[in-house]
Amino acid sequence: MANISKRLQKEKIAKLLMQLSGILITGSLFLILGTILYKGLPHMTWEMISQTPKGGFYLGKSGGVLNAIIGSLYLAGLSTILATLIGIPIAIYLHVYVRQGTAISRFSKLLFDVLFGIPSIVYGAIAFSIMVFFGIRASLLGGVITITLLTIPIVVRTLDELLRTIPQDLKHVTASLGATRWESAKVMLKYIRPGLFTALLLAFGRAIGDVAGVMLTTGYSDNIPKYLDEPTATLPLAIFFQLSSPIPEVQGRAYASALILTFLILIIVLCTHFLSSKQKKHQT
Amino acid sequence: MYSFPILQAEETPNIISLKQPHIQIKDLHVVVEGQEILKNINLSIPNNSVTSIIGPSGCGKTTLLKTLNRLLDDSKDVEISGSVLVNGEDIYAKNAEVTHIRKKMGLLSQKPFTLPMSIFENIAYGPKIHGEKDKGKLKAIVEQQLRNVGLWEEVKDRLDSSATRLSIGQQQRLCLARGLAVEPEIILGDESTSALDPISTQIIENLLMDLKQRYTIVLVTHILRQARRVSDYILFLYQGEVIEFGKTEELLLHPKHEITKQYVKGFIS
Ligand SMILES: Nc1ncnc2c1ncn2[C@@H]1O[C@H](COP(=O)(O)OP(=O)(O)OP(=O)(O)O)[C@@H](O)[C@H]1O
Ligand SMILES: [Mg+2]
Repeated sequence: MANISKRLQKEKIAKLLMQLSGILITGSLFLILGTILYKGLPHMTWEMISQTPKGGFYLGKSGGVLNAIIGSLYLAGLSTILATLIGIPIAIYLHVYVRQGTAISRFSKLLFDVLFGIPSIVYGAIAFSIMVFFGIRASLLGGVITITLLTIPIVVRTLDELLRTIPQDLKHVTASLGATRWESAKVMLKYIRPGLFTALLLAFGRAIGDVAGVMLTTGYSDNIPKYLDEPTATLPLAIFFQLSSPIPEVQGRAYASALILTFLILIIVLCTHFLSSKQKKHQT
Repeated sequence: MYSFPILQAEETPNIISLKQPHIQIKDLHVVVEGQEILKNINLSIPNNSVTSIIGPSGCGKTTLLKTLNRLLDDSKDVEISGSVLVNGEDIYAKNAEVTHIRKKMGLLSQKPFTLPMSIFENIAYGPKIHGEKDKGKLKAIVEQQLRNVGLWEEVKDRLDSSATRLSIGQQQRLCLARGLAVEPEIILGDESTSALDPISTQIIENLLMDLKQRYTIVLVTHILRQARRVSDYILFLYQGEVIEFGKTEELLLHPKHEITKQYVKGFIS
């Protein structure tokens, strides 16, 4: 009892530290947003988002980055869908069918942790060498394959965490009603559905922002891709190319492109929040 | 095939159950993480009656209940030996079909756990997975089961709202109705009223006493007065062993063993 003032002091210090980190992170977020707004907004024209690069675009002439916008959306959208379609069954299998705590279960969890941590340039390099072997050129398909591989571990890891939050009771209830494991799994998916969108968001965010993975495998093109086997531009690469230019006008457009990318992500985040809040009605 | 449950007492008792007990446990041992939790259990649970399992905390009551339903199957580090006969069939036999066995037993756990669905879907879930597709029949089942547990009047106007919105007592009754909807033969309850207020507790107790006409009921309870109120038989479990089994009054008033006597008097808990 005597040291109550000491305890309160500790509490104060802890709280102060939390607030400081909060301010720090919000501050840097605003710094980033401020920079791209300040540098990008003057170059943000309707042309930027409605046109593909015309001749001399990279020298400051007319055109826009529609090719990269569409390319990025295709790439990230397709990869996220594929990663989800492959990731959900894996996560469910590891969680429902493989006995917890067995060697297989522990090994596969370790495996996905490692895959989760591998930088995307490694995925890019591996996919690239496979593509060379099969004679596939840098294309949307190559990119989708690479980014799907990159995002599967994200989906699996996130789902695994979600599935772990499911009370044992759910399994017991469905089991005692005579449900098979697959029928149980369907209820489990229903239970974690609000969180499912977070998993998709994380995958999509990683997919749309990736540079290293797409550099070798997706290539770059000034045209909007019509087929999977065409080289495809992506926004991060568009930013990279324009930023490397010595021409101020082009550099400014790099920031405008960054603004577009940020805006796309914002839209996706808002959609996810909206969708996941609609799913919450059966959660306690 | 799923058949529409018509719960009339005269129709349910089958010939087998008249001859032999619904549940017979033989030489059951359960070892969890190298520790013997249940030791050599031999027991016949009488049909169409309520049997309460009592005993100090950690003596293995929940474990015993779960072995009856094969719910320990997926747990880590669990070894089960011996046999549990349900209608003469060993549920631990190699070729035993788990989902079918579990369907025969309704489980009512300590805390109600509603499935992430509407009130209607919670009850319709069981019949649905067992193949009932007819909307009209499902509706009839839901209504009947909700009436069975006295919940119909309270929820009939909001069958489509989430089951989590119900009060805990209502949820527990919903869980009972959900279990009954798959037409089990046996009801297992694990401290099913411990999270409930006195009135909800009384509703559940009365329900169980009604239901014993048609079901064999096994309850775990910590409340001796409850065991006395609802059960016909009592099983006293101590450190994983069956110490005593007998008629409620007999066991509570004239326990044969010293440990039982001490437990019943409240010296050990
Ligand atoms: N999954 C598990 N892992 C390890 N030990 C376990 C596990 N489940 C149960 N036990 C142990 O088995 C013993 C019996 O547990 P059980 O839950 O059956 O007791 P109980 O009689 O239901 O107790 P209570 O009245 O407190 O609910 C306890 O010693 C417990 O620690
Ligand atoms: Mg218990």
